[in-house]
Amino acid sequence: MAESADVVVAGAGPAGAAAALVAARAGLRVVLVERGPFPGSKNMYGGVIYPRVLDTLLPRWWEEVPVQRWVTRRATMVMTGTKALTVEFRGEDWDAPPYNGATAYRADFDSWLAGKAADAGAELVCSTTVTGLLRDGTGRVTGVRTDRPDGDIRASLVIAGDGVNSFLAKEAGLYEDWSVTHFTVGVKEVLALPREVLEDRFNLTGDEGLDIEILGGTQGIPGGGFLYTNLDTIAVGVVLSLAGLRDSGKRPEDIIAALKDHPAIAPLVRGGELKEYSAHTIPEGGMDGMPHLAADGMLVAGDAAHLCLASGIWLEGVNFAIGSGALAGETAIEAIGSGDTSAAALSGYRRRLENSFVLANHRKLRGAHKLILGKRAQTVYPELACGIAQRVFTVTDPQPKAGLRRWVHDERKRGGVRLRDIVKDGWVGWRTFG
Amino acid sequence: MNQDVAPLPGSHYDGLSFEDRMATVEFRVAARPHITVDSDVCRSCTTKACVHACPAQLFVPTSDGGVLFNYEQCFECGTCYMVCNTEGALTWSYPEGGHGVVFRRS
Repeated sequence: MAESADVVVAGAGPAGAAAALVAARAGLRVVLVERGPFPGSKNMYGGVIYPRVLDTLLPRWWEEVPVQRWVTRRATMVMTGTKALTVEFRGEDWDAPPYNGATAYRADFDSWLAGKAADAGAELVCSTTVTGLLRDGTGRVTGVRTDRPDGDIRASLVIAGDGVNSFLAKEAGLYEDWSVTHFTVGVKEVLALPREVLEDRFNLTGDEGLDIEILGGTQGIPGGGFLYTNLDTIAVGVVLSLAGLRDSGKRPEDIIAALKDHPAIAPLVRGGELKEYSAHTIPEGGMDGMPHLAADGMLVAGDAAHLCLASGIWLEGVNFAIGSGALAGETAIEAIGSGDTSAAALSGYRRRLENSFVLANHRKLRGAHKLILGKRAQTVYPELACGIAQRVFTVTDPQPKAGLRRWVHDERKRGGVRLRDIVKDGWVGWRTFG
Repeated sequence: MNQDVAPLPGSHYDGLSFEDRMATVEFRVAARPHITVDSDVCRSCTTKACVHACPAQLFVPTSDGGVLFNYEQCFECGTCYMVCNTEGALTWSYPEGGHGVVFRRS
């Protein structure tokens, strides 16, 4: 392992690998440090990657990216204790290059992307934990400590891609107002089904995949559920507000069990054999939870920079990690080229992020997580939607159909939903997503 | 898991015990714990949110009001320190390189 480098990157997840790839391609000496035995081994997510961010970094990435299935069907399900209303979109375009989303195992995907950085000349060092920052007398970051003997690595710039718990960003003082309310925990089961059974059950052909996002299936704890199809497994799980979980007294695996028992989900997961149970925390506070992105001698990218997009309609993370990592790499090239890696010289990083989808989306969707994790979106509106749907589709002969206006009114009264709250949320939703 | 501690109620699904559930995950257990719990501090905690919130059920209340913690099957997720409201109860770091949880299909 090199004792010094131009850039040392902590964490070979998508953010770190993208940063290392970009910096190494420009001829910088890059060390990419990963604490797991291989990239991706510490990483867990729901299960869908949106890889278009790779178009410029790795043209024709789809010819080699290790995916499970290409998502061709995207469904949103709102549920109550026993009912469910599903809206599903099917798009054949999504089953041909350049595709849209794909299910993948992170052990495969992250190893592949980190391999690209290594191919470009970055030194990938696995099984090595970054234990802290090296700093000079002025507090400026000058490298990292690792748990290897003589494991200090000095560098002109440290890029922290060390994930949601980012001890490096905290050590550098970049998180000013850290709060548990900005985090959720994702818990999931990967269940094996024979491939033919899975394809029959979900009406899938070839390498097509299905993505179901679920609202209302988390026992009143703010969050959501998901079910994704891999080649011969399905991923089913929940994302739970940590403050909500803390105060609920409930166990994460009980919430998954209840979701799997729901009449709309039970037939989909029946007979699945548990292959891997996993959990990971997620930074979901958006702009509200974001740390400062640069210190003297250091940049932060990916989950470490709180750059997951958890906005209900759009649930994205890996693409934001890659996008921010690549821009951190570009910033590294510029700063090291000019011989100045002070926080002021690194301010171009934030500007690059602002001019890209990364912070443009976060800025636009700033209020989305509050709206989606609010009580009305979580329980009141799913009840309302399922109730109205049931009325619409119930044939009431010999009574004539009362009509949509009446049904909406009755269901609204039944659920105690005030019209002005609907109007208010509708307005906020329109401003946020519109 | 510590053999002296009885399994918690409500932790069996699909005929799968929580122990079987955790057995689906690969752990390369390090010699040194990466998280430590100060049970004396936990005794003053009334909520003990870690006990129910930890996805791996690694925190077990003891009869004397403290908390027993097993680091071996930790997901390294951070839930425990994030829900903990008692200053000084937990010290949290990552396991030494190459050790701890190894996800393969997540």
